[in-house]
Amino acid sequence: MNYADLSLEQIRVALNNRDFLSSDLVTYYLDRCAQEASLNCFISLDEDYVRDRAQWADQHIVSGHQTPLLGIPVAIKDLLLVEGLSATAASSMLENFNAPYSATVIHRLIEAGAVIFGKTNMDEFAMGSSNENSAWGPVKNPWNRDAVSGGSSGGSAAAVAAGLCPVSIGTDTGGSIRQPASYCGIVGIKPTYGRVSRYGVIAFASSLDQVGVFARTAIDAARVLQIISGHDPKDSTSVDIAVPDLARSLGDGVAGLRIGVPKEYFIDELNSEIKAIVWEGIRTLEQRGATIVDISLPHTEYAVPTYYIIAPAEAASNLSRYDGVRYGVRAENCEDLLDLYCRSRSNGFGEEVQRRILVGTYVLSQGYYDAYYLRAQKVRRLIANDFKAVFEADCDMIACPTAPTTAFGIGEKTNDPVAMYLNDIFTIPASLAGLPALSVPCGFDSAGMPVGLQLIGKPWEEERILQAAYEYEQATEWHRTRPASA
Amino acid sequence: MATKDEVRQVALLARLSVDEGRLESVTHEFNAILEYVKTLEAVDVDSVEPMSHVHGSVNVFRDDAVMHTLTVEQGLRNAPDRDECSFRVPLVITSQPEE
Repeated sequence: MNYADLSLEQIRVALNNRDFLSSDLVTYYLDRCAQEASLNCFISLDEDYVRDRAQWADQHIVSGHQTPLLGIPVAIKDLLLVEGLSATAASSMLENFNAPYSATVIHRLIEAGAVIFGKTNMDEFAMGSSNENSAWGPVKNPWNRDAVSGGSSGGSAAAVAAGLCPVSIGTDTGGSIRQPASYCGIVGIKPTYGRVSRYGVIAFASSLDQVGVFARTAIDAARVLQIISGHDPKDSTSVDIAVPDLARSLGDGVAGLRIGVPKEYFIDELNSEIKAIVWEGIRTLEQRGATIVDISLPHTEYAVPTYYIIAPAEAASNLSRYDGVRYGVRAENCEDLLDLYCRSRSNGFGEEVQRRILVGTYVLSQGYYDAYYLRAQKVRRLIANDFKAVFEADCDMIACPTAPTTAFGIGEKTNDPVAMYLNDIFTIPASLAGLPALSVPCGFDSAGMPVGLQLIGKPWEEERILQAAYEYEQATEWHRTRPASA
Repeated sequence: MATKDEVRQVALLARLSVDEGRLESVTHEFNAILEYVKTLEAVDVDSVEPMSHVHGSVNVFRDDAVMHTLTVEQGLRNAPDRDECSFRVPLVITSQPEE
């Protein structure tokens, strides 16, 4: 049986009918992972743990339990803590770290019956757009193994695209779910900031980090997002607001919906082939009954520089906890405490992480704070206001490209940090404004690499962007196309 | 433009030791990033309220209740160096005050 073609709902029904067992399902996926080990999707995959969890699920199914994800494998970005398993954040700093507790997202998945299926590769501490900043090496793109998977949640994206697991969890700070989803040809959703608890998620930039989902289809993404969403008293930035039934309204269509297309997202940097493919996607939504509206988000060009002040500043602060004392690696033969701090951190952190800590420290330091950090916080407000204005006056959601290019070659941009940062040009604005956004496959370029259509919603309207993505899938076949090996 | 000395100073503030052999290239990359983010100087931000958080929430309080936390053993499990119930670090305070 080709389990990889089944939706989560089909798997749930089949498990319930005992057509196959969760143990069969995980055996299939563990075999797939072994066949595709060269993609480098996983940092750790504890087979015994996975099989134990699947057997636990099988016993519960036999005794009549029904929970939404019972027996379904979910791969987890190695940024989230799962009690008893390693959590590395793809950093040498945490190569021996064993999580003493689980993230709230993990508790919720386990309560829903999910089988926690391996910890996926990523850019170190989620800093990167290509998954090349991993102490465990880059993740390869299943559509072309010489190309990057995107990042930072590259392992979670490539694993779903290659059929190594049905769904996975990632995190998105400036595009780390949407961009790899686009590069790997799958659905990736970042919810509204505050929708999902960050408790137990290793922090990068706390005012931006948000956990989300990778899946092959909008409906599968909706089912997992449903489980992980909701207020958590352990994360004071998670918001106490009701979570609607995301799957219920998926089929409501897009008739009457006003979709804004921002002119600032169709700039010269956007590859002309992608421009045409994304426009075709937008036209498809129009044919399904949506109204297309031209809009302007005038501060878009300032989003990337704003982000590359705010995110490093928050990272410099968050990563100060890695001091070589309580956890993480410690340099040997230290002269004194200062020497211990400096050498442990420089040994443990990779180049990009150190680069961002330096920039973050600089922009927060006396004499530079106002010119950089405070100014960036003000521009962030202007960027958020741009969205607020168009949502109040012009449109119900926004459609645009997810990334300016398709997946580029491994090694192509590693020597130019600023060129790498520009990959996030279309994903960062929604992150700064805290808005829900997703990427849905909308075609392939002439080299056969996937292109993503990004849909950005109003705050708390994950439901509506998923609905539009679902409607788009009903009109197209892109989400059914698989890489040759999958 | 930050000088090599300034980058060395920022590294010290950040508790990072930059290898002298790499200081040149680190300074170069550092300046390229600063140069890029300086494009924000073109934006008129007079009278704009800085945004530290998207939802504008202020303080979130909870009851001061006894809750389960990590045990000492769980807390020490990942320590690079420890004794029975504490983290071990190099000598911080010497017994004789230094002149």
